[in-house]
Amino acid sequence: MMSGGASTSILTIALLIALNLLLLSLLIGLFRAWLGPSVEDRFTAVLLIGTGGVAMLLILSILLQITALYDVALVLALLAVVGTVALTQSESNHD
Amino acid sequence: MTDTLAMLAIFSGLFFFFSGSIGLLRLPDLFSRLHALAKADNVGLALIALGVIILEPALINDIKIVIIWLLVMAASAISSHLVARHALRENRNDD
Amino acid sequence: MIELLWSIFDITLVLILLALAWTTCSTQDVMRAVTLFIAMGLLLAIVWARLKAPDLALAEAVIGAGISGALLLSAIRDYPSTSMVTHRSRLTEGIINSLTLALMILMSWAAWHGLNMSDGVRLSEQVNSQLPVSGVSNPVTAVLLNFRAYDTLLELAVVLTAVLTVLTLNEKRADHEASSPLLQGMTRWLVPLLVVTSGYLLWVGAHAPGGAFQAGAMLAAAMILLQLAYPSRRQAFNNHLLKILLVIGILTFMLVGLWMMSLNDDFLAFTPAWAGTLILIIEAAATVSIATALTLAYIGGRPIGWEGVGREDTHRTNRSIIENGGAE
Repeated sequence: MMSGGASTSILTIALLIALNLLLLSLLIGLFRAWLGPSVEDRFTAVLLIGTGGVAMLLILSILLQITALYDVALVLALLAVVGTVALTQSESNHD
Repeated sequence: MTDTLAMLAIFSGLFFFFSGSIGLLRLPDLFSRLHALAKADNVGLALIALGVIILEPALINDIKIVIIWLLVMAASAISSHLVARHALRENRNDD
Repeated sequence: MIELLWSIFDITLVLILLALAWTTCSTQDVMRAVTLFIAMGLLLAIVWARLKAPDLALAEAVIGAGISGALLLSAIRDYPSTSMVTHRSRLTEGIINSLTLALMILMSWAAWHGLNMSDGVRLSEQVNSQLPVSGVSNPVTAVLLNFRAYDTLLELAVVLTAVLTVLTLNEKRADHEASSPLLQGMTRWLVPLLVVTSGYLLWVGAHAPGGAFQAGAMLAAAMILLQLAYPSRRQAFNNHLLKILLVIGILTFMLVGLWMMSLNDDFLAFTPAWAGTLILIIEAAATVSIATALTLAYIGGRPIGWEGVGREDTHRTNRSIIENGGAE
């Protein structure tokens, strides 16, 4: 399940660059969560990390050669939904 | 050769991720931001998943990745619907 | 070059985490804090994945992001909107901030010190050498359910105690309004998927990352989702069954431990030949218990009719069903 990095060095470097760029785009998106005037804008942070995180996990799985990370990606996708549902449904009660 | 194809897919996926994040920052309204998030990020994820499928040798993992992608698509659609509905309900749909 | 790229990734990840954590703690708005907390939990899962710890990544994704978020939200749910914003004086804020900063520096130094200065055999070597007699091939499960099984038993006891506290203090909160039909449609296929994934995590925990806590929390997430999407449904499991499910994890664990004690002279000393099967049985029972516990904690208290079996309770239940216009 665990061994060294991906097979060729160029591929590894390219994948690492992709990973960093993905993290950068996540960071850019998170500014909205920080700024966002309404509370729903902050919810988009959860959506963003949900999708972006799955992408990062897919790439990490190839880089680190850990196949279990696919399971983690699956679980992350599922739980991001549950988190969003909890956020939106829970609030609709106060009156 | 396959490596190049995979990296091509991954980097074009990254392009979509970036456009999603920039849209998240610069678009004027919560609802248009949700569009940017749900649609652009999912196309990005689809392309990255394609690249990872090309790189991943085991078939069972490829099937897992396809399932993950389908799940994230459905989850993003529902999540953005829920967030938008929540925003409308609380009358907080302006900036 | 490769090292540099990894370092850039690590440092950026840490900085984002710190920023999220700082904002979570220092923000004045409770709802914003909870949202950022959920986001931080998701990001932490990725950090664990980067550190080559898939078991922890799974646990963090399910428990840290999903369950903790839902529990926090249910805790603040009954605040009226006007008191969502907490007010702190400048002095209090300054004290909290500087104490947090000091703690952060102290822990960073401690972590760096521990990583760079310690000698001795690493834990993974010791575990891997004993793996064949443990009955499973995943080293994390071997440690949790065999070598340090007593700790896991106590963890289950802690969870049970926490839930018992919740049950003692409160009754189930009032249901909220009906949810979107789209959500209900999604729940129809998402909940079965969550249940199947939970079973998969339980099964695969023997030879790959997974295990009872992840599976139990995932099952709880499925039940919480069900509760959120169909709030006014009649309770699915009757209270007797719930009570049994709540304790069956610890019960099984202890019975197996005592049985092993009668065979092997030591509490929870598994016979190597049966260890794999025993671990699976214990994990299955623990999954169910953890799921029940977390779901009850989310619901917020005792469901209707929990207290007793007397006729008054039945009357009260029937009357409340009639008053609320039927079970649905």
